[in-house]
Amino acid sequence: MKKIGHFLAASIIFSAMSPVQGHAGDTEVKLGVLTDMSGIFSDANGKGSLVAAQMAVDDMAGQLAGFSVHVVSADHQNKPDIGAGIARKWFDEDGIDVVLDIPVSPIALAVQSIAEEKDKIVLLSSAGSSDITGKACSKNTIQWTYNTFALSNVAGRAMVERGEKAWFFITTDYAFGHALERDATAAIEAGGGKSLGHALNPIATPDFSSYLLSAQASGANVIALASSGGDMQSAVKQAAEFGIQAGGQKLLGLLFDVTDIKALGLDVTKGMLLATPFYWDRDDESRAFGQRFMKIHGRAPTMHQAGVYSATLHYLKSVAAAGTDETQAVLEKMRETPVNDMFARNGTIREDGQMIHDFYLVEVKSPSESKGEWDYYKVLSTVPGEQAFQPLGSCPRLANKG
Amino acid sequence: MTDIFGIPSQVLLGQIVLGLINGSFYAMLSLGLAVIFGLLNIINFAHGAQYMTGAFVAWMLLNYLGINYWAALVIAPLTVGMFGMLVERFLIARLAHLDHLYGLLLTFGVALIVQGLFRNTYGSSGMAYDIPEALKGGTNLGFMFLPNYRAWVIVASISVCLLTWFVIEKTRLGSYLRAATENPALTQTFGINVPLLITLTYGFGAALAALAGVFAAPIYSVNPNMGADLIIVVFAVVVIGGMGSIMGAIITGFMLGLVEGLTKVFYPEASATVIFIIMVLVLLVKPAGIFGRPA
Repeated sequence: MKKIGHFLAASIIFSAMSPVQGHAGDTEVKLGVLTDMSGIFSDANGKGSLVAAQMAVDDMAGQLAGFSVHVVSADHQNKPDIGAGIARKWFDEDGIDVVLDIPVSPIALAVQSIAEEKDKIVLLSSAGSSDITGKACSKNTIQWTYNTFALSNVAGRAMVERGEKAWFFITTDYAFGHALERDATAAIEAGGGKSLGHALNPIATPDFSSYLLSAQASGANVIALASSGGDMQSAVKQAAEFGIQAGGQKLLGLLFDVTDIKALGLDVTKGMLLATPFYWDRDDESRAFGQRFMKIHGRAPTMHQAGVYSATLHYLKSVAAAGTDETQAVLEKMRETPVNDMFARNGTIREDGQMIHDFYLVEVKSPSESKGEWDYYKVLSTVPGEQAFQPLGSCPRLANKG
Repeated sequence: MTDIFGIPSQVLLGQIVLGLINGSFYAMLSLGLAVIFGLLNIINFAHGAQYMTGAFVAWMLLNYLGINYWAALVIAPLTVGMFGMLVERFLIARLAHLDHLYGLLLTFGVALIVQGLFRNTYGSSGMAYDIPEALKGGTNLGFMFLPNYRAWVIVASISVCLLTWFVIEKTRLGSYLRAATENPALTQTFGINVPLLITLTYGFGAALAALAGVFAAPIYSVNPNMGADLIIVVFAVVVIGGMGSIMGAIITGFMLGLVEGLTKVFYPEASATVIFIIMVLVLLVKPAGIFGRPA
């Protein structure tokens, strides 16, 4: 009798503990910033992403009556197993409702599928692979800031139109790098250009000399760097050393942040063209945000950190409007409402999870043109969101409809 | 353009030169490690952090004190060497009577602390350090454009390595050191201050790492992780060359730089692992290392 009693008690306890499928709303709104706090992406993302999320929470103070809002953060160290582990713990034990940021596309893809399984929200500001809203698309994920398609489309088309038709890629050997190269090759071929080949480097490579040598030998007009963070910086610095730009070849950084320019200096980066969805000095609103951010964090915000702010703000506004933090209700509100803040004007969230907003083609100023710290870009043109991002089509979930 | 094994000779020769440049870093760093291990029996995992600190000191000297690269070549190694001596005197010496493993763990811990402190203060994006004016530009060798600075690195590191080898193997000071390692008690009875010699040697090894760091500062990004990435490869180089052999470390460093460079041409994906494959093979065939003396 006693045994059965114990068994009964144990099974009741265990069933009460099992995770509930379909996240029902409660009054605790918990946001988790999952990012790289210590590695090659910690300057472009890292602590700044947490600052951005907190700024958005502070800006919404008083508008979320009945809800208590908390922001936590964690360092995934650029390792997919650690990132996935943190996400699971957050969803299962800590009651986190939404995960933000997530640099490094393989980690984002992993967390995306966990979030769909547990019906939680993922708002990506940093992972860039176009597969996120393409073949891996999820109804619970929104890719907020950019993706490899938009970057390569805007920059690639612009360069090909200026007559730079032969390209060579130096690609970091992981999901993001490959996606960037793939999308850029498609973009330049659509404009009449050609890829002459690529050199693959392992992530976090200190020495790019041999890849640059191959790029030089290829005779391409443009050497495109399909990498980011520390790798991008090493490549640009060493390219200057090996006389690549002096020899007439143009260097294109497919994903470049203001923090990269700070680390490299304007001498090395002047004249580089790049595509970006955000620049802190673009207009009065973004400047106000940028200066507030600089006071707290000490550096100008990158597009990723600005994206975290915008995504958090929009999420909280939607929670307030929906009156609940239940996942599907909030997502519906988010999709219904246009995104209007210092990051995006009339941005819309598409069914595949892509947040469509404008992109800018910018050129890096020379040291004499720059009037102060963080005064780095001149905006050459604006590309409307519909033209920048990939057309709706590669998301399997939507392909089966109608 | 002639083709060798299907690769244009221009690319091949270029990669060989680049391999020599990488080889000079491997040689200098493995030399420091070989000196410390071969002579002091300390497995110095802090070597990568000392290399990184050397680069950072050079950066700090330029940005805080306006002191240029050439002075930094002397000041940075001296500074790091002195810190190294403090670490040896107050931390490592206390573990001298214990198993090697404790020294390894201690130096590993020191490395993590130093790296963490720098990362906290300076972030991980890396700091810019300009190539000194006198070494800017390059020469067109026909098959490649060789930056003057990289040519300087090859020449300077060969000189430093040979100088070190000469001091240790051919001078009286070097002979005291070698005697102190083989038989400290006996050497001490001759009136030679063995503990001081050991401290100075550790400091010298650390200074060598810091010098390599100053060489690296203008070409690699000066960031807190730079040592950690390199140290694993350098350990493999030392194991292949033979832990106790000074000349072995130098030759193996350059050789493996060449091997890595050639791998990058023929099969780039393996370039990060080829050194470890060689290490495994050497350990299977000749565990003492190519130039090592069996214990």
